Amino acid sequence: MKAAVIVFPGSNCDRDVAVALKASMGHMPLMVWHRDTELPLLDLIVVPGGFSYGDYLRSGAMAAHSPIMREVKTRAEQGVPVLGICNGFQILTEAGLLPGALMRNAGLKFICRDVGLTVEHSDSIFTAKYEAGQSLRIPVAHHDGNYFADEETLNRIEGNGQVAFRYAENINGSARNIAGVYNEKRNVLGMMPHPERLADPELGGTDGKPMFDALVEALS
Amino acid sequence: MTQITPEIVAQHGLKPEEYELVLQIMGREPNLTELGIFSVMWSEHCSYKSSKKWLKTLPTEAPWVICGPGENAGVVDIGDGQAAIFKMESHNHPSYIEPYQGAATGVGGILRDVFTMGARPVANVNALRFGEPSHPKTRHLVAGVVAGIGGYGNCVGVPTIAGQTSFHSSYNGNILVNAMTVGLAEKDNIFYSAAAGVGNAVVYFGSKTGRDGIHGATMASAEFSEDAEEKRPTVQVGDPFTEKLLIEACLELMATDAIVAIQDMGAAGLTSSSFEMASKGGLGIEMDLDKVPMREEGMSAYEIMLSESQERMLMVLKPGREEIARRIMEKWELDFAIVGRLTETGRMVLRRHGEIVADLPIDPLAKAAPEYDRPWVPSTKRPVVKTEDVPAKPVDEALKTLIGCPDLASKRWIWEQYDHMVMGDTTHRPGGDAGVVRVHGTRKALAVTTDCTPRYVLADPQEGGRQAVAEAYRNLCAVGARPLAVTDNLNFGNPEKPEIMGQIVEAIRGMGQACEDLDFPVVSGNVSLYNETNGQPIDPTPQIGALGLIEDISKSTSLPFKKAGQVIIKIGETKGWLGASLYLREVCGREEGAPPPVALHRERRAGEFVREQIQAGIVTACHDVSDGGILVAVAEMAMASGIGAKLHAPATLPAHAWAFGEDQGRYILTVEESDAAALMEAAQEYDLSVRIIGTTGGDSVELDGVGVAVSELRKINEGWMPQYMGATEIVA
Repeated sequence: MKAAVIVFPGSNCDRDVAVALKASMGHMPLMVWHRDTELPLLDLIVVPGGFSYGDYLRSGAMAAHSPIMREVKTRAEQGVPVLGICNGFQILTEAGLLPGALMRNAGLKFICRDVGLTVEHSDSIFTAKYEAGQSLRIPVAHHDGNYFADEETLNRIEGNGQVAFRYAENINGSARNIAGVYNEKRNVLGMMPHPERLADPELGGTDGKPMFDALVEALS
Repeated sequence: MTQITPEIVAQHGLKPEEYELVLQIMGREPNLTELGIFSVMWSEHCSYKSSKKWLKTLPTEAPWVICGPGENAGVVDIGDGQAAIFKMESHNHPSYIEPYQGAATGVGGILRDVFTMGARPVANVNALRFGEPSHPKTRHLVAGVVAGIGGYGNCVGVPTIAGQTSFHSSYNGNILVNAMTVGLAEKDNIFYSAAAGVGNAVVYFGSKTGRDGIHGATMASAEFSEDAEEKRPTVQVGDPFTEKLLIEACLELMATDAIVAIQDMGAAGLTSSSFEMASKGGLGIEMDLDKVPMREEGMSAYEIMLSESQERMLMVLKPGREEIARRIMEKWELDFAIVGRLTETGRMVLRRHGEIVADLPIDPLAKAAPEYDRPWVPSTKRPVVKTEDVPAKPVDEALKTLIGCPDLASKRWIWEQYDHMVMGDTTHRPGGDAGVVRVHGTRKALAVTTDCTPRYVLADPQEGGRQAVAEAYRNLCAVGARPLAVTDNLNFGNPEKPEIMGQIVEAIRGMGQACEDLDFPVVSGNVSLYNETNGQPIDPTPQIGALGLIEDISKSTSLPFKKAGQVIIKIGETKGWLGASLYLREVCGREEGAPPPVALHRERRAGEFVREQIQAGIVTACHDVSDGGILVAVAEMAMASGIGAKLHAPATLPAHAWAFGEDQGRYILTVEESDAAALMEAAQEYDLSVRIIGTTGGDSVELDGVGVAVSELRKINEGWMPQYMGATEIVA
């Protein structure tokens, strides 16, 4: 399996997700600098968390226009799985790969803690190793995780089964408790919680690991 | 040219006799730029002129110390060719004036001190002291400081894993913001600041220079008066995004063989970085200030040299390596400019618009800074408070009061605003005795804590100094870490007052004794004096930041109880010392009495014993006993786990003294019942007082049948801070 992690100036969870991928995949993913314009043949692209461009202008807004993102979009349209975590989710919405937007948390503060999540369904390559309705404990660490979309969009994505995860408790004001969404084809997933942060028992839990295991199993 | 008048000299914070020394060194009247340079170099903040004499007495050596005080940060050997680099630094004055930027740039500054030496920062820690909660400014300062620390640390992607926060009226006019960074480096790739190689390029990189922060170091070396807010323009503005780029660019460049010397531009900016590098290398520098990347037009030499714009670095490159360095800086979109060359003259010669605007001898400025032996008087010792003179309140009520008081209430509201998990190695999150991060890719881990009990230091500076070090030592042992070394941040009032100078002298003496006896040397530090407003000093606060090493992360322990039915054991002697205790202050409303004495030899034995037992794998939970005594320690272990405890006090002491006394050198451990006897026996071999005090289990924390439900304790403990900060739960 060949996976790539895109690195923007200000990305800071690039190594963390690479480590989690390696634990499931057996080798390190390719680290791709944002100024590159081409990608090799890949099975998975990860857009990691962090503060690309310092969150200046708007979280994810500048990274969405980085040279590499044109290629990421093309691959996503061709059906290559793309996983955006936290800032990666913000970038994917800014790039138009996912519906909705992430606004400032309703409490106006940065939140870093484990949260309860519910898996909406297991019918995607990201969630195949979870059960529909399963409760997970995964950390969040964000200032802008308040998911927003207009009613029509929300109804549409709910109808299409594009909601991936919901918060057990609404921590940040997200519409309908949405913590993660897919694109229509479900090959692109964006989520605010960090599965890579609880994929190692020494860090206090492994609820994030089945996501990486599922990807490796499906894509190897 | 500006005429240098006594008024101008005074505005630069130089005393008339210091100006006499300036005239002697220069052999002529300095111009304004030169005077400005003297002023910042000789500020208390940069020169340690009041404290140097006493700092020299601290023990700084051990076989594992690679670099002690004097460089950007201290360096210790952690085995396998790796080193940990760490330091703590204050940003007190700016944080009071502009809490968000003041605290943010404090974090930025200490990060730079650490990565300048070649280390990747892996953990941040902070110690915060605020005024009393009812003071009208406190809430605003807490909100701003916490947001500032989070805003900076979260963005650069370094986890904030531990801290200490307390509230007291002595900080009403001067809050303390002490930030510490720990970094990891290869032992044979550590970078120092001594310039070498006449003709080598002096390179500026990072952010551009602007007019912000001019005279920050001078501001931090004076008392505040009513007009403190007017000093706002001297507070710098941080850009954590650029800092993150700077970290990556520096580490990338450091992996090549290009750098001779490197120094960040902290307090006193380009002045102190260039003078320090030149002075340590015994060389001179010629700089063309026109080459300095500038944010605005028309900046004078004076402004360029004194600006404290953030995220800037200065380095000396090996010949022919300029292009490698330039390429890396361009990749990271950072400014890069060759601003000067090293010379053999021993002088700093600065040009602006083609003309020499300053010509100063380097060593006399950097090394001949005034050093004072300021008069001091011993602190008045407070009388010992007898246990029988302290009223016994119902134990359950007192427990609730204590765990809900501002100093002991949960600080979750604070640390959940800090990313404490980024980098994927945090095994012990905030809220325990020490934060722990694994050494990436190994089984090793670093434990970090920061401690000081200002009310003890006020009551007896020497004992308080000893206690601060001892508590840090204990917190590291409690997670199973071998204490390696400390960094100190000495926060005091105006040293020109003999009673304040007395606090400084005695606290340093106490710290020194503890560091000596615990084999726990000081490898870096910072001094913040003049923490006074309208003549009111802060309580003396010699904050200790400490680092310990865990050889194998699977052999460490944590504070929460693990299961019901385990035996709770107390290590260390309990005499029921209530003087200067939180019980006396919070429950009885009395701030008095001598603090509990620290017996350093017992402290060391207890620490070694606890570590040995953790290594042996029989300790299931461990917590040190500090503020609030045994019952608070046990309640904290219960609240963290949801498992209760049943305790029994000996009949020899009044219940409140046994429960809430703050005798030093103690730990609470839990073990399986089958392991208890062996542990007790081993403790006797260490000549330690040891006692089974109860068992885990149930839904409440009970002392001889009087108890409080764990759920109620949690509610009280978690409730204070969010309620105080006016947090409302979010509505979906």
